[in-house]
Amino acid sequence: MTSDRDLDEPLPIQSGPGAGMRVARVVLPLLVGAVSLFLWDLVVRVNEIPHYILPGPLLVLNTLISDWHTLYPSLLVTLQITFMALSVATAGGVFLAILFTQSRWLELTFFPYAVILQVTPIISIAPLILIYVDNTYVALLICAWIVAFFPILSNTTLGLNSADHNLINLFQLYGASRWQTLWCLRLPSAMPYFLGGLKIAGGLSLIGAIVAEFAAGTAGAETGLAYRILEAGYRLNIPRMFAALILISGTGIVIFLLFSMLAHLVLRKWHESAVKREN
Amino acid sequence: MPTPLIELQNVDKVFSNGTVALKRLSLAVGAHEFVSLLGPSGCGKSTALRLIAGLGSVSAGRIDWAGRSGPATDRDIGFVFQEPTLMPWATVFKNVYLPLRLARRGKSEVADRVMDAIAKVGLSGFENAYPRELSGGMKMRVSIARALVTEPKVLLMDEPFAALDEITRFKLNNDLLELWQDQSWTVIFVTHSVYESVYLSNRIVVMAARPGRVVANLDVMAPYPRDENYRTSEPYNQHCRTVSSRLHEAMGQ
Repeated sequence: MTSDRDLDEPLPIQSGPGAGMRVARVVLPLLVGAVSLFLWDLVVRVNEIPHYILPGPLLVLNTLISDWHTLYPSLLVTLQITFMALSVATAGGVFLAILFTQSRWLELTFFPYAVILQVTPIISIAPLILIYVDNTYVALLICAWIVAFFPILSNTTLGLNSADHNLINLFQLYGASRWQTLWCLRLPSAMPYFLGGLKIAGGLSLIGAIVAEFAAGTAGAETGLAYRILEAGYRLNIPRMFAALILISGTGIVIFLLFSMLAHLVLRKWHESAVKREN
Repeated sequence: MPTPLIELQNVDKVFSNGTVALKRLSLAVGAHEFVSLLGPSGCGKSTALRLIAGLGSVSAGRIDWAGRSGPATDRDIGFVFQEPTLMPWATVFKNVYLPLRLARRGKSEVADRVMDAIAKVGLSGFENAYPRELSGGMKMRVSIARALVTEPKVLLMDEPFAALDEITRFKLNNDLLELWQDQSWTVIFVTHSVYESVYLSNRIVVMAARPGRVVANLDVMAPYPRDENYRTSEPYNQHCRTVSSRLHEAMGQ
Protein backbone atom coordinates (compact mmCIF):
# COMPACT_ATOMS: atom_id res chain seq x y z
CA MET A 1 0.00 0.00 0.00
CA THR A 2 1.10 3.56 -0.51
CA SER A 3 2.77 5.27 2.37
CA ASP A 4 0.58 8.34 2.63
CA ARG A 5 -2.30 7.91 5.03
CA ASP A 6 -5.96 8.62 5.07
CA LEU A 7 -6.96 12.22 4.82
CA ASP A 8 -8.63 12.07 8.17
CA GLU A 9 -6.15 12.59 10.95
CA PRO A 10 -6.02 10.59 14.17
CA LEU A 11 -8.17 12.12 16.86
CA PRO A 12 -6.19 13.96 19.51
CA ILE A 13 -6.84 12.80 23.06
CA GLN A 14 -7.02 15.64 25.49
CA SER A 15 -5.49 15.35 28.92
CA GLY A 16 -8.69 16.26 30.78
CA PRO A 17 -10.96 19.09 31.76
CA GLY A 18 -9.55 22.57 32.20
CA ALA A 19 -7.60 23.65 35.27
CA GLY A 20 -10.54 25.72 36.57
CA MET A 21 -12.78 22.67 36.55
CA ARG A 22 -10.19 20.61 38.39
CA VAL A 23 -9.79 23.23 41.13
CA ALA A 24 -13.57 23.54 41.47
CA ARG A 25 -13.88 19.79 41.88
CA VAL A 26 -11.77 19.98 45.05
CA VAL A 27 -12.65 23.42 46.35
CA LEU A 28 -16.46 23.30 46.11
CA PRO A 29 -17.02 20.17 48.23
CA LEU A 30 -14.42 21.41 50.76
CA LEU A 31 -16.27 24.71 50.99
CA VAL A 32 -19.57 22.96 51.70
CA GLY A 33 -17.83 20.84 54.34
CA ALA A 34 -16.29 23.84 56.04
CA VAL A 35 -19.58 25.74 56.12
CA SER A 36 -21.42 22.70 57.57
CA LEU A 37 -18.79 22.26 60.29
CA PHE A 38 -19.06 25.94 61.15
CA LEU A 39 -22.87 25.77 61.36
CA TRP A 40 -22.68 22.60 63.46
CA ASP A 41 -20.32 24.32 65.89
CA LEU A 42 -22.51 27.42 65.96
CA VAL A 43 -25.69 25.45 66.71
CA VAL A 44 -23.98 23.58 69.56
CA ARG A 45 -22.55 26.78 71.08
CA VAL A 46 -25.59 29.03 70.71
CA ASN A 47 -28.03 26.45 72.10
CA GLU A 48 -25.53 25.28 74.70
CA ILE A 49 -26.24 21.65 73.79
CA PRO A 50 -24.53 19.33 76.29
CA HIS A 51 -21.81 17.13 74.78
CA TYR A 52 -23.60 13.89 75.79
CA ILE A 53 -26.37 14.88 73.35
CA LEU A 54 -24.49 16.52 70.51
CA PRO A 55 -20.77 17.24 70.78
CA GLY A 56 -19.25 20.02 68.69
CA PRO A 57 -16.87 19.16 65.86
CA LEU A 58 -13.81 20.24 67.84
CA LEU A 59 -14.65 17.93 70.71
CA VAL A 60 -15.11 15.06 68.24
CA LEU A 61 -11.70 15.79 66.78
CA ASN A 62 -10.16 15.93 70.27
CA THR A 63 -11.78 12.61 71.16
CA LEU A 64 -10.49 11.07 67.94
CA ILE A 65 -6.97 12.06 68.96
CA SER A 66 -7.23 11.26 72.69
CA ASP A 67 -8.98 7.89 72.11
CA TRP A 68 -6.74 6.94 69.20
CA HIS A 69 -5.11 4.20 71.27
CA THR A 70 -8.51 2.50 71.61
CA LEU A 71 -9.91 3.31 68.19
CA TYR A 72 -6.86 2.46 66.09
CA PRO A 73 -6.70 -1.27 67.00
CA SER A 74 -10.45 -1.47 66.30
CA LEU A 75 -9.94 0.21 62.94
CA LEU A 76 -7.34 -2.42 62.10
CA VAL A 77 -9.74 -5.23 63.02
CA THR A 78 -12.50 -3.76 60.85
CA LEU A 79 -10.07 -3.15 57.98
CA GLN A 80 -8.79 -6.69 58.22
CA ILE A 81 -12.28 -8.20 58.06
CA THR A 82 -13.23 -5.88 55.21
CA PHE A 83 -10.24 -6.70 53.04
CA MET A 84 -10.23 -10.41 53.81
CA ALA A 85 -13.91 -10.59 52.89
CA LEU A 86 -13.31 -8.54 49.75
CA SER A 87 -10.40 -10.73 48.66
CA VAL A 88 -12.36 -13.93 49.13
CA ALA A 89 -15.40 -12.37 47.41
CA THR A 90 -13.26 -11.24 44.48
CA ALA A 91 -11.55 -14.57 44.01
CA GLY A 92 -14.81 -16.51 44.43
CA GLY A 93 -16.89 -14.12 42.32
CA VAL A 94 -14.47 -14.11 39.40
CA PHE A 95 -13.99 -17.86 39.57
CA LEU A 96 -17.74 -18.54 39.59
CA ALA A 97 -18.33 -16.00 36.80
CA ILE A 98 -15.76 -17.82 34.65
CA LEU A 99 -17.42 -21.16 35.41
CA PHE A 100 -20.82 -19.66 34.51
CA THR A 101 -19.61 -18.46 31.12
CA GLN A 102 -17.99 -21.81 30.40
CA SER A 103 -21.15 -23.74 31.18
CA ARG A 104 -24.60 -22.37 30.59
CA TRP A 105 -26.01 -25.22 32.72
CA LEU A 106 -24.00 -24.22 35.76
CA GLU A 107 -25.20 -20.65 35.38
CA LEU A 108 -28.84 -21.71 35.05
CA THR A 109 -28.51 -23.91 38.13
CA PHE A 110 -26.65 -21.68 40.53
CA PHE A 111 -27.29 -18.07 39.57
CA PRO A 112 -30.70 -17.95 41.33
CA TYR A 113 -29.01 -18.91 44.58
CA ALA A 114 -26.51 -16.09 44.18
CA VAL A 115 -29.48 -13.77 43.79
CA ILE A 116 -31.17 -15.15 46.91
CA LEU A 117 -27.96 -14.58 48.83
CA GLN A 118 -27.93 -11.01 47.59
CA VAL A 119 -31.56 -10.03 48.23
CA THR A 120 -31.72 -11.42 51.77
CA PRO A 121 -30.77 -8.55 54.09
CA ILE A 122 -27.50 -9.35 55.81
CA ILE A 123 -28.78 -8.01 59.13
CA SER A 124 -31.40 -10.78 59.18
CA ILE A 125 -28.99 -13.66 58.50
CA ALA A 126 -26.12 -12.37 60.60
CA PRO A 127 -27.56 -13.60 63.95
CA LEU A 128 -28.00 -17.11 62.50
CA ILE A 129 -24.48 -17.16 61.13
CA LEU A 130 -23.21 -16.04 64.53
CA ILE A 131 -25.05 -18.93 66.16
CA TYR A 132 -23.80 -21.63 63.79
CA VAL A 133 -20.23 -20.44 63.40
CA ASP A 134 -18.31 -20.71 66.62
CA ASN A 135 -15.49 -18.42 65.70
CA THR A 136 -16.86 -14.85 65.72
CA TYR A 137 -14.10 -13.61 63.44
CA VAL A 138 -15.00 -16.20 60.82
CA ALA A 139 -18.69 -15.38 61.23
CA LEU A 140 -18.03 -11.68 60.61
CA LEU A 141 -15.95 -12.61 57.59
CA ILE A 142 -18.79 -14.69 56.17
CA CYS A 143 -21.28 -11.85 56.62
CA ALA A 144 -19.02 -9.32 54.89
CA TRP A 145 -18.30 -11.83 52.15
CA ILE A 146 -22.00 -12.42 51.43
CA VAL A 147 -22.66 -8.76 50.65
CA ALA A 148 -19.45 -8.20 48.69
CA PHE A 149 -19.72 -11.33 46.62
CA PHE A 150 -22.72 -10.60 44.40
CA PRO A 151 -21.63 -7.36 42.66
CA ILE A 152 -18.36 -9.04 41.68
CA LEU A 153 -20.13 -12.14 40.40
CA SER A 154 -22.88 -10.39 38.46
CA ASN A 155 -20.67 -7.67 36.98
CA THR A 156 -17.95 -10.08 35.93
CA THR A 157 -20.50 -12.47 34.41
CA LEU A 158 -22.01 -9.60 32.46
CA GLY A 159 -18.57 -8.48 31.33
CA LEU A 160 -17.46 -11.94 30.23
CA ASN A 161 -20.64 -12.27 28.19
CA SER A 162 -20.37 -8.89 26.52
CA ALA A 163 -17.29 -9.59 24.43
CA ASP A 164 -17.72 -8.28 20.85
CA HIS A 165 -19.46 -11.01 18.84
CA ASN A 166 -17.46 -10.33 15.73
CA LEU A 167 -14.28 -10.76 17.75
CA ILE A 168 -15.61 -14.06 19.06
CA ASN A 169 -16.19 -15.07 15.43
CA LEU A 170 -12.69 -13.96 14.56
CA PHE A 171 -11.23 -16.08 17.35
CA GLN A 172 -13.27 -19.03 16.10
CA LEU A 173 -12.02 -18.40 12.57
CA TYR A 174 -8.40 -18.59 13.69
CA GLY A 175 -9.05 -21.79 15.63
CA ALA A 176 -8.66 -20.29 19.09
CA SER A 177 -9.05 -22.68 22.01
CA ARG A 178 -11.54 -22.07 24.80
CA TRP A 179 -8.70 -21.03 27.06
CA GLN A 180 -7.33 -18.55 24.47
CA THR A 181 -10.75 -17.02 23.97
CA LEU A 182 -11.16 -16.66 27.71
CA TRP A 183 -7.71 -15.25 28.36
CA CYS A 184 -7.23 -13.00 25.32
CA LEU A 185 -10.81 -11.88 24.73
CA ARG A 186 -13.37 -12.48 27.46
CA LEU A 187 -11.28 -11.48 30.46
CA PRO A 188 -10.06 -8.18 28.97
CA SER A 189 -13.63 -7.42 27.82
CA ALA A 190 -14.86 -8.02 31.36
CA MET A 191 -12.23 -5.80 32.97
CA PRO A 192 -14.27 -2.54 33.07
CA TYR A 193 -17.31 -4.40 34.43
CA PHE A 194 -15.21 -6.23 37.01
CA LEU A 195 -13.59 -3.01 38.20
CA GLY A 196 -17.03 -1.41 38.50
CA GLY A 197 -18.14 -4.37 40.59
CA LEU A 198 -15.03 -4.09 42.75
CA LYS A 199 -15.80 -0.45 43.48
CA ILE A 200 -19.27 -1.41 44.73
CA ALA A 201 -18.07 -4.52 46.56
CA GLY A 202 -15.35 -2.56 48.36
CA GLY A 203 -17.91 -0.30 50.02
CA LEU A 204 -20.30 -3.18 50.62
CA SER A 205 -17.75 -5.38 52.35
CA LEU A 206 -17.10 -2.56 54.82
CA ILE A 207 -20.84 -2.23 55.41
CA GLY A 208 -21.12 -6.01 55.77
CA ALA A 209 -18.32 -6.10 58.32
CA ILE A 210 -19.88 -3.28 60.37
CA VAL A 211 -23.41 -4.69 60.24
CA ALA A 212 -22.21 -8.13 61.29
CA GLU A 213 -20.30 -6.64 64.19
CA PHE A 214 -23.42 -4.83 65.34
CA ALA A 215 -25.32 -8.11 65.17
CA ALA A 216 -22.57 -9.81 67.14
CA GLY A 217 -22.91 -7.02 69.70
CA THR A 218 -20.86 -7.16 72.86
CA ALA A 219 -20.72 -10.93 72.60
CA GLY A 220 -18.10 -10.51 69.90
CA ALA A 221 -14.61 -11.40 70.96
CA GLU A 222 -13.18 -9.13 68.32
CA THR A 223 -13.37 -5.41 68.89
CA GLY A 224 -13.94 -3.66 65.61
CA LEU A 225 -15.19 -0.12 65.10
CA ALA A 226 -18.86 -1.10 65.32
CA TYR A 227 -18.18 -2.65 68.69
CA ARG A 228 -16.59 0.62 69.80
CA ILE A 229 -19.73 2.50 68.74
CA LEU A 230 -21.96 0.11 70.71
CA GLU A 231 -19.70 0.30 73.73
CA ALA A 232 -19.53 4.11 73.64
CA GLY A 233 -23.32 4.21 73.22
CA TYR A 234 -23.87 2.22 76.40
CA ARG A 235 -21.61 4.65 78.22
CA LEU A 236 -23.24 7.70 76.64
CA ASN A 237 -19.83 8.63 75.30
CA ILE A 238 -21.31 10.42 72.28
CA PRO A 239 -18.08 12.13 71.14
CA ARG A 240 -16.40 8.73 70.79
CA MET A 241 -19.38 7.43 68.79
CA PHE A 242 -18.86 10.31 66.40
CA ALA A 243 -15.12 9.67 66.27
CA ALA A 244 -15.64 6.00 65.38
CA LEU A 245 -18.24 6.99 62.81
CA ILE A 246 -15.76 9.35 61.18
CA LEU A 247 -13.21 6.56 60.98
CA ILE A 248 -15.75 4.25 59.31
CA SER A 249 -16.78 6.88 56.74
CA GLY A 250 -13.12 7.75 56.15
CA THR A 251 -12.33 4.08 55.53
CA GLY A 252 -15.22 3.86 53.05
CA ILE A 253 -14.00 6.94 51.21
CA VAL A 254 -10.42 5.65 51.05
CA ILE A 255 -11.62 2.28 49.72
CA PHE A 256 -13.70 4.02 47.06
CA LEU A 257 -10.83 6.28 46.01
CA LEU A 258 -8.43 3.35 45.95
CA PHE A 259 -10.56 1.35 43.55
CA SER A 260 -11.43 4.38 41.44
CA MET A 261 -7.73 4.98 41.03
CA LEU A 262 -7.10 1.34 40.21
CA ALA A 263 -9.86 1.40 37.57
CA HIS A 264 -8.43 4.56 36.07
CA LEU A 265 -4.90 3.13 35.92
CA VAL A 266 -6.03 -0.08 34.28
CA LEU A 267 -8.49 1.45 31.80
CA ARG A 268 -7.01 4.85 30.98
CA LYS A 269 -5.42 3.68 27.73
CA TRP A 270 -8.51 2.31 26.08
CA HIS A 271 -11.85 2.43 27.86
CA GLU A 272 -14.35 5.22 27.26
CA SER A 273 -14.96 5.65 30.99
CA ALA A 274 -11.34 6.51 31.72
CA VAL A 275 -10.30 8.56 28.69
CA LYS A 276 -11.39 12.16 28.84
CA ARG A 277 -12.03 14.11 25.70
CA GLU A 278 -12.65 17.75 25.03
CA ASN A 279 -15.83 18.35 23.06
CA MET B 1 -12.00 -21.89 -15.58
CA PRO B 2 -9.94 -24.81 -14.16
CA THR B 3 -10.93 -26.38 -10.84
CA PRO B 4 -12.32 -23.46 -8.85
CA LEU B 5 -10.65 -22.58 -5.58
CA ILE B 6 -13.96 -22.26 -3.77
CA GLU B 7 -17.16 -23.80 -4.99
CA LEU B 8 -20.60 -23.52 -3.42
CA GLN B 9 -23.06 -26.08 -4.73
CA ASN B 10 -26.78 -25.63 -4.13
CA VAL B 11 -26.21 -24.20 -0.70
CA ASP B 12 -29.28 -23.62 1.49
CA LYS B 13 -29.13 -21.79 4.77
CA VAL B 14 -32.16 -21.77 7.03
CA PHE B 15 -31.83 -19.99 10.39
CA SER B 16 -33.29 -21.50 13.53
CA ASN B 17 -36.17 -19.00 13.43
CA GLY B 18 -37.18 -20.40 10.03
CA THR B 19 -35.82 -17.58 7.87
CA VAL B 20 -34.53 -18.90 4.57
CA ALA B 21 -31.36 -16.87 4.08
CA LEU B 22 -30.01 -18.74 1.07
CA LYS B 23 -31.80 -20.97 -1.44
CA ARG B 24 -29.82 -23.21 -3.80
CA LEU B 25 -26.91 -20.82 -4.00
CA SER B 26 -24.21 -21.94 -6.43
CA LEU B 27 -21.04 -19.99 -6.91
CA ALA B 28 -17.54 -20.80 -8.09
CA VAL B 29 -14.56 -18.60 -7.43
CA GLY B 30 -11.22 -19.23 -9.17
CA ALA B 31 -7.77 -18.51 -7.81
CA HIS B 32 -6.70 -14.86 -7.97
CA GLU B 33 -10.18 -13.62 -8.82
CA PHE B 34 -11.64 -10.49 -7.26
CA VAL B 35 -15.32 -11.32 -6.96
CA SER B 36 -17.92 -8.96 -5.53
CA LEU B 37 -21.16 -10.22 -4.05
CA LEU B 38 -23.59 -7.41 -4.74
CA GLY B 39 -27.18 -7.16 -3.59
CA PRO B 40 -29.73 -5.37 -1.44
CA SER B 41 -29.73 -5.84 2.32
CA GLY B 42 -31.17 -9.16 3.35
CA CYS B 43 -30.10 -11.00 0.21
CA GLY B 44 -27.83 -13.29 2.21
CA LYS B 45 -24.52 -12.07 0.82
CA SER B 46 -22.97 -11.71 4.28
CA THR B 47 -24.40 -15.08 5.26
CA ALA B 48 -22.79 -16.66 2.21
CA LEU B 49 -19.45 -15.09 3.12
CA ARG B 50 -19.64 -16.36 6.70
CA LEU B 51 -20.45 -19.86 5.48
CA ILE B 52 -17.42 -19.75 3.20
CA ALA B 53 -15.34 -18.71 6.22
CA GLY B 54 -16.67 -21.70 8.16
CA LEU B 55 -18.64 -19.56 10.62
CA GLY B 56 -21.83 -21.60 10.79
CA SER B 57 -22.86 -24.62 8.80
CA VAL B 58 -24.89 -25.04 5.64
CA SER B 59 -28.42 -26.44 5.90
CA ALA B 60 -28.07 -28.23 2.57
CA GLY B 61 -25.59 -28.38 -0.28
CA ARG B 62 -21.81 -28.22 0.02
CA ILE B 63 -18.85 -25.92 -0.03
CA ASP B 64 -15.67 -27.29 -1.60
CA TRP B 65 -12.19 -25.86 -1.32
CA ALA B 66 -9.89 -26.61 -4.26
CA GLY B 67 -11.94 -29.71 -5.04
CA ARG B 68 -11.93 -31.15 -1.51
CA SER B 69 -14.87 -30.96 0.80
CA GLY B 70 -14.98 -29.30 4.19
CA PRO B 71 -13.90 -26.05 5.70
CA ALA B 72 -10.66 -24.28 5.05
CA THR B 73 -7.79 -24.49 7.45
CA ASP B 74 -7.23 -21.44 9.62
CA ARG B 75 -4.38 -20.07 7.59
CA ASP B 76 -6.16 -20.15 4.26
CA ILE B 77 -8.45 -17.23 4.93
CA GLY B 78 -8.38 -13.70 6.20
CA PHE B 79 -11.66 -12.09 7.19
CA VAL B 80 -12.45 -8.39 7.34
CA PHE B 81 -15.67 -7.38 9.05
CA GLN B 82 -17.84 -4.34 8.37
CA GLU B 83 -16.59 -2.82 11.61
CA PRO B 84 -12.86 -2.79 12.29
CA THR B 85 -13.50 -5.29 15.12
CA LEU B 86 -10.30 -4.50 16.99
CA MET B 87 -9.52 -5.25 20.62
CA PRO B 88 -9.71 -1.80 22.23
CA TRP B 89 -7.34 -2.78 25.05
CA ALA B 90 -4.55 -3.81 22.68
CA THR B 91 -2.16 -1.73 20.62
CA VAL B 92 -2.09 -1.82 16.82
CA PHE B 93 0.84 -4.24 17.02
CA LYS B 94 -0.98 -6.63 19.35
CA ASN B 95 -4.16 -6.47 17.28
CA VAL B 96 -2.28 -7.42 14.12
CA TYR B 97 -0.29 -10.07 16.01
CA LEU B 98 -3.51 -11.74 17.24
CA PRO B 99 -3.95 -14.42 14.51
CA LEU B 100 -0.32 -15.51 14.94
CA ARG B 101 -0.66 -15.44 18.70
CA LEU B 102 -3.69 -17.72 18.46
CA ALA B 103 -1.58 -20.02 16.26
CA ARG B 104 0.90 -20.08 19.21
CA ARG B 105 3.68 -18.28 17.41
CA GLY B 106 6.08 -16.44 19.69
CA LYS B 107 6.00 -12.68 19.54
CA SER B 108 9.72 -12.22 18.87
CA GLU B 109 9.63 -14.93 16.24
CA VAL B 110 7.00 -13.19 14.11
CA ALA B 111 7.56 -9.53 15.03
CA ASP B 112 8.98 -8.83 11.58
CA ARG B 113 5.92 -10.29 9.88
CA VAL B 114 3.63 -8.18 12.04
CA MET B 115 5.62 -5.01 11.33
CA ASP B 116 5.62 -5.89 7.65
CA ALA B 117 1.82 -6.25 7.59
CA ILE B 118 1.45 -2.92 9.39
CA ALA B 119 3.78 -1.31 6.86
CA LYS B 120 1.80 -2.77 3.95
CA VAL B 121 -1.33 -0.93 5.05
CA GLY B 122 0.68 2.28 5.53
CA LEU B 123 0.53 2.46 9.32
CA SER B 124 4.23 2.25 10.19
CA GLY B 125 4.87 4.38 13.26
CA PHE B 126 1.45 3.60 14.76
CA GLU B 127 2.39 0.18 16.19
CA ASN B 128 1.96 1.35 19.77
CA ALA B 129 -1.20 3.39 19.25
CA TYR B 130 -4.49 2.19 20.73
CA PRO B 131 -7.53 1.82 18.45
CA ARG B 132 -9.34 4.76 20.01
CA GLU B 133 -6.50 7.05 19.00
CA LEU B 134 -7.05 6.16 15.33
CA SER B 135 -9.51 7.45 12.75
CA GLY B 136 -12.11 5.18 11.18
CA GLY B 137 -10.02 4.66 8.05
CA MET B 138 -6.91 3.83 10.04
CA LYS B 139 -8.81 1.31 12.17
CA MET B 140 -9.98 -0.40 9.00
CA ARG B 141 -6.35 -0.52 7.81
CA VAL B 142 -5.40 -2.26 11.06
CA SER B 143 -8.20 -4.74 10.42
CA ILE B 144 -6.83 -5.41 6.93
CA ALA B 145 -3.29 -5.78 8.28
CA ARG B 146 -4.57 -8.35 10.77
CA ALA B 147 -6.23 -10.28 7.92
CA LEU B 148 -3.08 -10.35 5.81
CA VAL B 149 -0.54 -11.12 8.55
CA THR B 150 -1.15 -14.86 8.14
CA GLU B 151 -0.49 -14.53 4.40
CA PRO B 152 -3.85 -16.07 3.50
CA LYS B 153 -4.76 -17.34 0.04
CA VAL B 154 -8.26 -15.96 0.29
CA LEU B 155 -9.42 -12.66 1.67
CA LEU B 156 -13.10 -12.46 2.64
CA MET B 157 -14.41 -8.94 3.12
CA ASP B 158 -17.86 -8.13 4.48
CA GLU B 159 -18.75 -4.57 3.42
CA PRO B 160 -15.45 -3.41 4.90
CA PHE B 161 -15.65 0.20 3.75
CA ALA B 162 -19.40 0.79 4.11
CA ALA B 163 -19.05 2.89 7.25
CA LEU B 164 -16.30 5.15 5.89
CA ASP B 165 -16.58 8.53 4.20
CA GLU B 166 -16.22 8.56 0.43
CA ILE B 167 -12.75 10.09 0.27
CA THR B 168 -11.32 7.53 2.69
CA ARG B 169 -13.19 4.76 0.89
CA PHE B 170 -11.70 5.68 -2.50
CA LYS B 171 -8.24 5.73 -0.99
CA LEU B 172 -8.72 2.33 0.62
CA ASN B 173 -10.19 0.95 -2.61
CA ASN B 174 -6.99 1.89 -4.45
CA ASP B 175 -4.76 0.52 -1.72
CA LEU B 176 -6.72 -2.72 -1.62
CA LEU B 177 -6.36 -3.16 -5.39
CA GLU B 178 -2.61 -2.59 -5.15
CA LEU B 179 -2.32 -5.16 -2.39
CA TRP B 180 -4.43 -7.63 -4.32
CA GLN B 181 -2.15 -7.37 -7.34
CA ASP B 182 0.99 -7.68 -5.16
CA GLN B 183 -0.16 -10.59 -3.07
CA SER B 184 -1.99 -12.65 -5.69
CA TRP B 185 -4.90 -13.17 -3.35
CA THR B 186 -8.34 -14.37 -4.15
CA VAL B 187 -10.80 -11.80 -2.83
CA ILE B 188 -14.51 -12.22 -2.16
CA PHE B 189 -15.90 -8.80 -1.43
CA VAL B 190 -19.42 -8.23 -0.13
CA THR B 191 -20.84 -4.81 -0.94
CA HIS B 192 -24.09 -3.00 -1.61
CA SER B 193 -22.41 -0.38 -3.77
CA VAL B 194 -22.62 -0.82 -7.53
CA TYR B 195 -19.83 1.72 -8.05
CA GLU B 196 -17.47 0.09 -5.60
CA SER B 197 -18.02 -3.36 -7.06
CA VAL B 198 -17.42 -2.18 -10.63
CA TYR B 199 -14.29 -0.31 -9.56
CA LEU B 200 -12.73 -3.22 -7.71
CA SER B 201 -13.78 -6.54 -9.10
CA ASN B 202 -13.23 -8.58 -12.23
CA ARG B 203 -16.51 -10.38 -11.63
CA ILE B 204 -19.74 -9.28 -9.98
CA VAL B 205 -22.24 -11.76 -8.61
CA VAL B 206 -25.62 -10.05 -8.31
CA MET B 207 -27.87 -11.52 -5.63
CA ALA B 208 -31.58 -11.12 -4.89
CA ALA B 209 -33.36 -11.38 -1.58
CA ARG B 210 -36.07 -13.59 -0.08
CA PRO B 211 -34.72 -16.14 -0.54
CA GLY B 212 -31.09 -15.20 -1.17
CA ARG B 213 -29.92 -16.45 -4.55
CA VAL B 214 -27.68 -15.56 -7.48
CA VAL B 215 -29.43 -13.75 -10.33
CA ALA B 216 -26.52 -12.62 -12.49
CA ASN B 217 -22.82 -13.24 -13.04
CA LEU B 218 -21.19 -10.26 -14.76
CA ASP B 219 -17.57 -9.96 -15.85
CA VAL B 220 -15.92 -6.57 -15.61
CA MET B 221 -13.47 -6.59 -18.48
CA ALA B 222 -11.58 -3.40 -17.65
CA PRO B 223 -7.84 -4.07 -17.25
CA TYR B 224 -5.82 -3.60 -14.07
CA PRO B 225 -4.18 -1.54 -12.67
CA ARG B 226 -7.20 0.68 -12.27
CA ASP B 227 -6.92 4.19 -10.93
CA GLU B 228 -8.99 7.33 -10.46
CA ASN B 229 -9.13 7.84 -14.26
CA TYR B 230 -11.07 4.60 -14.51
CA ARG B 231 -13.73 6.03 -12.19
CA THR B 232 -14.64 8.64 -14.77
CA SER B 233 -14.09 6.54 -17.91
CA GLU B 234 -16.82 5.52 -20.33
CA PRO B 235 -16.31 1.72 -19.84
CA TYR B 236 -16.73 2.24 -16.09
CA ASN B 237 -20.01 4.08 -16.60
CA GLN B 238 -21.14 1.42 -19.03
CA HIS B 239 -20.45 -1.32 -16.51
CA CYS B 240 -22.21 0.60 -13.76
CA ARG B 241 -25.31 0.98 -15.95
CA THR B 242 -25.35 -2.73 -16.76
CA VAL B 243 -24.88 -3.81 -13.17
CA SER B 244 -27.46 -1.30 -11.91
CA SER B 245 -30.09 -2.51 -14.33
CA ARG B 246 -29.47 -6.15 -13.40
CA LEU B 247 -29.71 -5.21 -9.74
CA HIS B 248 -33.01 -3.43 -10.35
CA GLU B 249 -34.35 -6.41 -12.24
CA ALA B 250 -33.35 -8.58 -9.32
CA MET B 251 -35.08 -6.34 -6.84
CA GLY B 252 -38.21 -6.03 -8.98
CA GLN B 253 -38.77 -9.78 -9.12
